[in-house]
Amino acid sequence: MVRSSDDTEKKNLVKKLKDVEISVPIVYGNIAFWLGKKASEYQSHKWTVYVRGATNEDLSVVVKRVVFQLHSSFNNPMRVVESPPFELSESGWGEFEIAITLHFHSDVSEKPLHLYHHLKLYPEDDSGSLSVKKPVVVESYDEVVFSEPSENLFARVQNHPAVIVPRLPSGFSLPSVPAEDADKRRRIDPKDNPLTQWFTNFSEADELLKLAAARQQVQAQIARVRRQLTLIEGQHQQQLKPPSEL
Amino acid sequence: MDAKDILGLPKFPLPTPQEKKSRPQKDSQRKPDGISREVYALTGGVAPLMPSIDVNQLKKRPQPENEKITWEWLSFTNSARKDDLKLYHWVRVVNGTPPTGDYSFAKYNKSVDVIKYTDEEYEKHLTDPTWTKEETDQLFDLCERFDLRFVVIADRFPSPRSVEELKNRYYSVSRAILTARAPSPADVSGHPLVKEPYNMSQEIERKRALSMVLSQTKHQERKDAEILSEAKKIMESRMAAKASFILDLFPALDAELAVTSNASPEGMEKTTAPVETASPSNIQTASGVAPLMSMADNAAAAAASLRTLRVYLRTYALDQMVQAASSSAGLRTIKRVEQFLQELKVNLKPKVPTKAVCAEHLELRKEILTLLNLQKLLQNKEEGSSYREGSYTETPDTPKRGIDQDRTFVPDSVSFGAISTERVAKRDQKRKGPGREAPSSPAQSNKRPRKLKATDS
Repeated sequence: MVRSSDDTEKKNLVKKLKDVEISVPIVYGNIAFWLGKKASEYQSHKWTVYVRGATNEDLSVVVKRVVFQLHSSFNNPMRVVESPPFELSESGWGEFEIAITLHFHSDVSEKPLHLYHHLKLYPEDDSGSLSVKKPVVVESYDEVVFSEPSENLFARVQNHPAVIVPRLPSGFSLPSVPAEDADKRRRIDPKDNPLTQWFTNFSEADELLKLAAARQQVQAQIARVRRQLTLIEGQHQQQLKPPSEL
Repeated sequence: MDAKDILGLPKFPLPTPQEKKSRPQKDSQRKPDGISREVYALTGGVAPLMPSIDVNQLKKRPQPENEKITWEWLSFTNSARKDDLKLYHWVRVVNGTPPTGDYSFAKYNKSVDVIKYTDEEYEKHLTDPTWTKEETDQLFDLCERFDLRFVVIADRFPSPRSVEELKNRYYSVSRAILTARAPSPADVSGHPLVKEPYNMSQEIERKRALSMVLSQTKHQERKDAEILSEAKKIMESRMAAKASFILDLFPALDAELAVTSNASPEGMEKTTAPVETASPSNIQTASGVAPLMSMADNAAAAAASLRTLRVYLRTYALDQMVQAASSSAGLRTIKRVEQFLQELKVNLKPKVPTKAVCAEHLELRKEILTLLNLQKLLQNKEEGSSYREGSYTETPDTPKRGIDQDRTFVPDSVSFGAISTERVAKRDQKRKGPGREAPSSPAQSNKRPRKLKATDS
């Protein structure tokens, strides 16, 4: 699968792994707290918009920085976050669309990736009274897919919990690149971040089950229709018999 | 008087005579000279906005007064004529001296310089197995007489030769003479006869292709256009797939790409050329291949475009693949798929789009599409058969039978023979007595709950 290359080291590092993709599951969204008594007309909520690893892992292994583009009514609407946790807190009253741009390290990708999140401050049901203690949480799950990563990148991230790497075929040798230290990895201890308690746990198991059940249903229906079709075909065959039988 | 009182008009018509006097004055002022009053009124009585041509100039030609012009009936000679025929016409004579110069139309008598060869030259350069000297001489004589109008020459030619053959002979003879007479080959290499020789077979082919294109029916034209656009799409998707790989391959392979990209336009031309000549076999195969390729191609193209991106979101990838898979389906079908998904309680966009979930979702969508297509097929088959089955059971129902008899053309897969045998069978059934049901129909009726059937019980 890997192309034979020249023997220069530089080319080795840049060599792409064909038909291989690595994916980083991320969750992005916002948490908004109503300020209650302290709320003013223009500062009714305190909210935080963020991008995190799906299991609260450290994304800085691939993400260099994140740029949040806020509504033009904010001071300096373009906010850059250079280090994890990639989150931005502000206070305000309005809901608007935030453009989130993920910039990756140079060995990961030259191009940035754009996400869009609609900031939600008020709960879905109108009757729900605003509570100071319970925040409004809206999160979206997605996966960033890097197709045909370089060997270097693959080696660097293959043991990182934030990244999903596929199994490479046996007998495949990667250049030995030191993986990141386990100490440096867990810079962000989940206990440090107070917001962690509100994060949603996205599990694919539920969705997979539903999809599998749905597929079974559809397949059963397909089989039934197919049977009906063959039945009709058979009847057509009967009708084609000459009337001498009658 | 009373009326004027009521209207409130002045009793004494003082202002009116004044008006009358001024009006004719104004009229004559307004009407310019040179245009009649009626014509002026056409423009609405107002002077034209743009300066028109000075009317004075229109009527008279600049006539120099010192000359005396007369017209005389005089004879003239035409230098274009070989005889000395003298004809007569009106001539504008100025001051008594008739005009000089040749007949004004003589300059249009152009002719072609047809080469004349001597017998020796013929023996030396121009002998040809398919042409006798006599024929060649006749050809050249006709060429001279008819100014190389080969259609006329072909018509007049004593022995039956096609236009292309005559042209071929004429041009090759002329070229041979030209090169033979030229002091060196370099002198004549610029001459059009030598530079671009007449290619008879190509000409025949070209004319045949042209006539085929001209005689194409509208139907054929449309099919050709469809096939060409399909071919183009396939080419483009192939190019996109190739381009995505080439982006990071080594420079050595760029040369390869250049070669392939050169080859594919040629390939395109090759496909267009046979299509243009409208050979039926090519069109059949092309149309057969094109639709098959489009389905698989969409998915491949989508995958290729994702790979070129290098970095993308899983949800975006899923969207692309869904679009590719449902590209052949219409908008209504897509809506029905989404409805189906909702009935199955599956999210239209998965909440947790992992690789596995997205793959399952895509497969589910494809399966739903298959199911819908099969259901439609089943419905068509049922409708096709119901027209025949219905009449078996509803013997007293005359209108329906009438419809069936009128349906000489059933757009179904069943052959005509089957229909005629059924009609015979139906007539037999009738004779056996009303109300008798064919054994197979109850099974049918179970499957078609929607169809109203007046079954005789």
